[in-house]
Amino acid sequence: MAHDHHHDHGDHGHDPHAPIEEAHGAASDESVALERALRELLIAKGVFTAEAIRRQIEETESRTPELGAKVVAHAWTDPAYKAWLLRDAKAAVQEFLGIALNLTPGLIVVENTPRVHHVICCTLCSCYPRTVLGIPPAWYKSREYRSRVVSEPRAVLKEFGLELGPEVELRVVDSTADVRYIVLPVRPPGTGGMGEDELARLVNRDSMIGVALAREPDRA
Amino acid sequence: VKPAFAPGDRVRVRALNPQGHYRTPYYLHGRRGVVTRLVGDQPNPEELACHRIGVPFQPVYTVAFEFEEVWGRRDPAVKITADIFQHWLEGDGAR
Repeated sequence: MAHDHHHDHGDHGHDPHAPIEEAHGAASDESVALERALRELLIAKGVFTAEAIRRQIEETESRTPELGAKVVAHAWTDPAYKAWLLRDAKAAVQEFLGIALNLTPGLIVVENTPRVHHVICCTLCSCYPRTVLGIPPAWYKSREYRSRVVSEPRAVLKEFGLELGPEVELRVVDSTADVRYIVLPVRPPGTGGMGEDELARLVNRDSMIGVALAREPDRA
Repeated sequence: VKPAFAPGDRVRVRALNPQGHYRTPYYLHGRRGVVTRLVGDQPNPEELACHRIGVPFQPVYTVAFEFEEVWGRRDPAVKITADIFQHWLEGDGAR
């Protein structure tokens, strides 16, 4: 979406590729220097070690959408687990994946159905369920997505290739407090006999953000 | 702080414009919606931003807004939900 949407709106008056956002990978010299000074000071004062920072980065970057996909596949096959996941996502995810979420924000799973479709965003910054989906995609953090998904959600989903029928209620979920959201996508048709591992491979990241549906299996 | 609202209650987001940091998006200021969930108590972000510990913690609610209420354009099948701190909400007895 980030590469073709601006053809529809010639009035933006700015270069959409200008390095104004984190999404484009350019931190200012000032913030780089500030981060370094703060980090070195905290290490010198013994608040934490360089090794502890490295470990935390490694831990954070080890989280990938495959974790979320496993949870979704399990919920698709086990109605009792799904009910627990929708009621108390943090406990249900912690238990099933065996990862600790105790220090992280709240977690809520919203269920997509043929009648209700959720899409998540964070208009204020870039809140994202990193513990279960990993690092957010660059577009999720972009100003374009954050502003347009609430003001013209149908157009944004269409740019992602998702057109919802008029009978579908669309709910845009803005993550404005200490809660992260994950979408439980609709289980695709034709997956009746599949096991959890096979199902998990159909659960793409974007279906858990709500800008796509879960993949349909290849027809033999 | 005790929860003042419950799911189903009609509420209005206060149009406060405090100095400094807050986490109530501007596009929802003054908008009317319906509480759909009590999320729980969370530290007040306006306090956290001033290096304090965020007390008193505020009940946080998921509030659902009609698209037209927010943007003035009609799309009855679209709702926007956001998590709003109690001190930003007032009861909306009007409807």
